[in-house]
Amino acid sequence: MKKLDLLITGVGGQGVVLASDIIGDTALAEGYDVKKTDTLGMAQRGGSVISNLRIAPRVWSPLITEGEADVLFAFEKLEAARWSYYLKPGGIAIVNNHALPPLAVSLGKASYPPDKDVMNILKQRTDRIYFIDGTRMARELGNLRTVNILMLGCLSRFMPLKLETWKEIIARYLPEKLRAINMTAFDMGRKEVKDGHLG
Amino acid sequence: MTNNLENQKLLSGNEAFALGAYHSGVKVAAAYPGTPSTEILETISQFKDLHAEWATNEKVAMEVALGACYTGVRAMASMKHVGLNVASDAFMAAATTGVKGGLVIVSADDPGIASSQNEQDNRHYAKLAKIPVLEPSDSQEAYDLMAYAFDLSEKYDTPVMVRTTTRISHSKSVVKISGKRPESFPKAAFYYNIAKFVMLPVNARTQRPKIEKRLVDLAEYAETTPLNQVIPGGTELGIVTSGISYQYACEVFPKASFLKLGMTYPLPKKLIRDFAGKVKKLIVIEELDPFLEDNIKAMGITVSGKEFIPRIGELSARVVNDAALSAGLLAGTPPTRAAEPPGLPRRPPLLCPGCPHASMFFTLSTIGQRAKLLESKDNEPKEPELVITGDIGCYTLATYPPLNAMDTTACMGASIGQAVGMAKAGVTKKVVAVIGDSTFLHSGITGLVNAVYNQAAITIIILDNGTTAMTGHQEHPGTGISAQGIQTTAVSLENLVRGIGVKNLRVVDAFDVKALRTAVKESLAGKDLSVIISRGACAVLSKQKVNPRVIDVEICNTCGACLRIGCPAIQKVDGKICIDTVLCAGNACTVCQQICPKQAIAPQAKGAK
Repeated sequence: MKKLDLLITGVGGQGVVLASDIIGDTALAEGYDVKKTDTLGMAQRGGSVISNLRIAPRVWSPLITEGEADVLFAFEKLEAARWSYYLKPGGIAIVNNHALPPLAVSLGKASYPPDKDVMNILKQRTDRIYFIDGTRMARELGNLRTVNILMLGCLSRFMPLKLETWKEIIARYLPEKLRAINMTAFDMGRKEVKDGHLG
Repeated sequence: MTNNLENQKLLSGNEAFALGAYHSGVKVAAAYPGTPSTEILETISQFKDLHAEWATNEKVAMEVALGACYTGVRAMASMKHVGLNVASDAFMAAATTGVKGGLVIVSADDPGIASSQNEQDNRHYAKLAKIPVLEPSDSQEAYDLMAYAFDLSEKYDTPVMVRTTTRISHSKSVVKISGKRPESFPKAAFYYNIAKFVMLPVNARTQRPKIEKRLVDLAEYAETTPLNQVIPGGTELGIVTSGISYQYACEVFPKASFLKLGMTYPLPKKLIRDFAGKVKKLIVIEELDPFLEDNIKAMGITVSGKEFIPRIGELSARVVNDAALSAGLLAGTPPTRAAEPPGLPRRPPLLCPGCPHASMFFTLSTIGQRAKLLESKDNEPKEPELVITGDIGCYTLATYPPLNAMDTTACMGASIGQAVGMAKAGVTKKVVAVIGDSTFLHSGITGLVNAVYNQAAITIIILDNGTTAMTGHQEHPGTGISAQGIQTTAVSLENLVRGIGVKNLRVVDAFDVKALRTAVKESLAGKDLSVIISRGACAVLSKQKVNPRVIDVEICNTCGACLRIGCPAIQKVDGKICIDTVLCAGNACTVCQQICPKQAIAPQAKGAK
């Protein structure tokens, strides 16, 4: 792998930072240089969150340049659309099919973009879009919180990192009682993307 | 494979500072929370074989660290950039007396103003105080620098500033952990030495030449220290840089020669001159002010930097690259960059559902008819019926609609002094100062003493949510729990306020809207100074978030009163108002239920979905 720039995004409280920590440690465990930086803004909860994660034999800046991210990894649809401009032309977008309306929408002052608009915005950057029903699948699995690990399973298809390394690192981040269900979620995510590979 | 994680870790700059200080044998660490510095003390407080504390403010933190270092042990104070403004008196004093044990001050600047009230380059403070400043360019250096900082401090009898920025403090990069906690420490003991420690004019004057000599010695050290490094490359372009800017410069100019300064004051003049002589063109790439550039120019060396590198905001490889293209340092023209797609709804920071501050601001907003201020009527200046001076914390978000309940925010504690000033200037409208509990303890107390002493007819509202919420829920003197989790003495706000001499004090439940309204109205009606303590637990920490409220759509006439609280859980969907039961704080709050004129809001029926 020459370099892999991942922009991970979602809404405060969705576990964006945790996911980026897991990916970072997995890449580090396989000998890559890793830098990551999270932008949380001012509020503790509910704001837009992005994490820049850069993996390469040698990384300089921790920040990804607009239009150069190899992968956009989004836990929420509106945030996927918002940050899509970071994606390089033809990059990979992995998007959790889940909407969290911001306050302006709740107050009736703005409208949440319909799926076709989100898709059109993403399509301006790339055709390699993976819309994953992560939240629905996690609910069916019986634990909504497993959605992050399930989405990581999807992502793992696009990263040349070993399955056992992923699982070893994920296990380190989880308490014993949550490991089994999350490993199932990870495998479900992996199966969800059949043609995953980095071009 | 995963052995890779045994001796190296992904650490944030702040975690690396803390670990570096710990391995350098720090015995006392003090700080006041402030983005982007908070995690330094949070990390070091997890170690038990040292004393780590949240001080009431940065000045006190600096004084604690200074006193500790006078006993021969190593001490550290960490703070955000504006924290050093608060601490500057103690900081200058420390620079004058010098130290015994090592004293390191970590100053965390916020280029781009991610979470601050201003932007400032604190390297100027090091020059002002005539002390050395070190700047790491990643977490490894953040870890390594601490050992240098403590050694330098002791060797040159000076406090040492370590200057970091948001991007260093809040980035994670790989750290090889080479050190460990020392096995033995100097025993703390204070030795009588008034010439050094008592800054009477006669002694301060004796210190002055020592300080100048110290700076000369440090400049000599700067010439040979491994902190300052020449990284040879091509001779066409030489780049002097420091901190995070080094990373950006390396990415943009892979073929240039670099003079990477880990110590940016005092500067190694000979090293810089030699470097300048070896390259055809010399530039400086640095974030914020032309600190290195101006100092190099003062040496008579031809150098450029801020002609094309922005002095405002945060740099990035993209910013440096585009600046280099427009300055002709790289061939080509700056590419058109993709921009955020237009028309998407924003997701600004908000007061949380169940926030105890929302009800008080709702009360102030309605009593003060603040919604009127938003009505657009030509450009006539508008005088609020109720002037609300504000302060720094989550509650500053009440500035935004629909609450629209804050008129000023300047710096920590300013609300009270500003309110006194407005009242004394003679404004005819009532003036209310609003300040959080942690901010009040930080720097509101002296303002209140002043207001009482000078008999200002203002109302001061202390929003007591029992934590320092904005920076991530740190303890403070009012909580009675130390940074290391030890139960201590809780400072009682009401006793403190009464002790200052306030007669007109009301303590109200932040979630009791009627009581808030009565307290505010009675306080405003009085002719004397009054204080209201509005008390309610931070929603994030509250343990009573059960029984979410729901709106009976049969009763609701969509008057929109509940929407004026600005609660993220209350939503208007397709003309109907509803409550997101996942977000609703339920029993912990009930504010919307209390204000609904139609009594359309009630706890969710058992078993309902």
